[in-house]
Amino acid sequence: MKEMSTIVKTIANISFPFILIYGLYVIAHGHLTPGGGFQGGAVVASGLVLILVAYNAEWVSQRIKESHLSIFESIGALCFILIAFLGIWFGGAFFTNFLVGTESLFGGIPINGAADINTGGTLPLMNFAVGLKVIAGLFAIVYIMAHFISKKEEKAA
Amino acid sequence: MNKRTIGAAAFLTVVSMFFIFSMIMIHPFGVPDERAMDQYIIDETVAETGANNGVTAVVFDYRGFDTLGEATVLFTAVAGVILVFRRLKQ
Repeated sequence: MKEMSTIVKTIANISFPFILIYGLYVIAHGHLTPGGGFQGGAVVASGLVLILVAYNAEWVSQRIKESHLSIFESIGALCFILIAFLGIWFGGAFFTNFLVGTESLFGGIPINGAADINTGGTLPLMNFAVGLKVIAGLFAIVYIMAHFISKKEEKAA
Repeated sequence: MNKRTIGAAAFLTVVSMFFIFSMIMIHPFGVPDERAMDQYIIDETVAETGANNGVTAVVFDYRGFDTLGEATVLFTAVAGVILVFRRLKQ
């Protein structure tokens, strides 16, 4: 897998931050606007894949290790299940939204349907957990396949 | 007209009749038979979950188990891909 031309690399460098910010916005506003953890995670992962395609797999593997992606994905999944189990502890049932109506972070209730980032209870936390999981998971799939192809080409050459 | 053409025509007729009648007999869009659950979620979402986005409230709160299964599917897929390609790498 060779790296692509300077044109592709320049355009990837310019558009990568915007893709990243848009994906993180979709994750963070999952309880207010259309989207959520899965969708925003897919957006961020596609931005990372753009960098992987524009540069080669070797260039990316010098900066990100595959084991780190696995760890991030596991952390996301564990946080998601942990929040669900905390519902048993505080609210009495699995997946209880125990933060709503309290004074804590994300504890508010929107008044007359006005959008407020500090609402939603456990929903934003679960969005962040699922977002982390989807970013790491989807990027790990493409990354390890690209790495495998480049190793195979090295052997053939 | 051989036997095969007649058989294909008969099969096509039966299948197209099935689709046409199911299109005629389908219940109208936007008017569900059982609307108690829908109406409950529309009315109570903001007060119970504090989220403006009703879809997220359903996905992560009312139907949390479904999302847990979805996340498990993704996790299993990634684990399988990493397992297979790590073996082949050496």
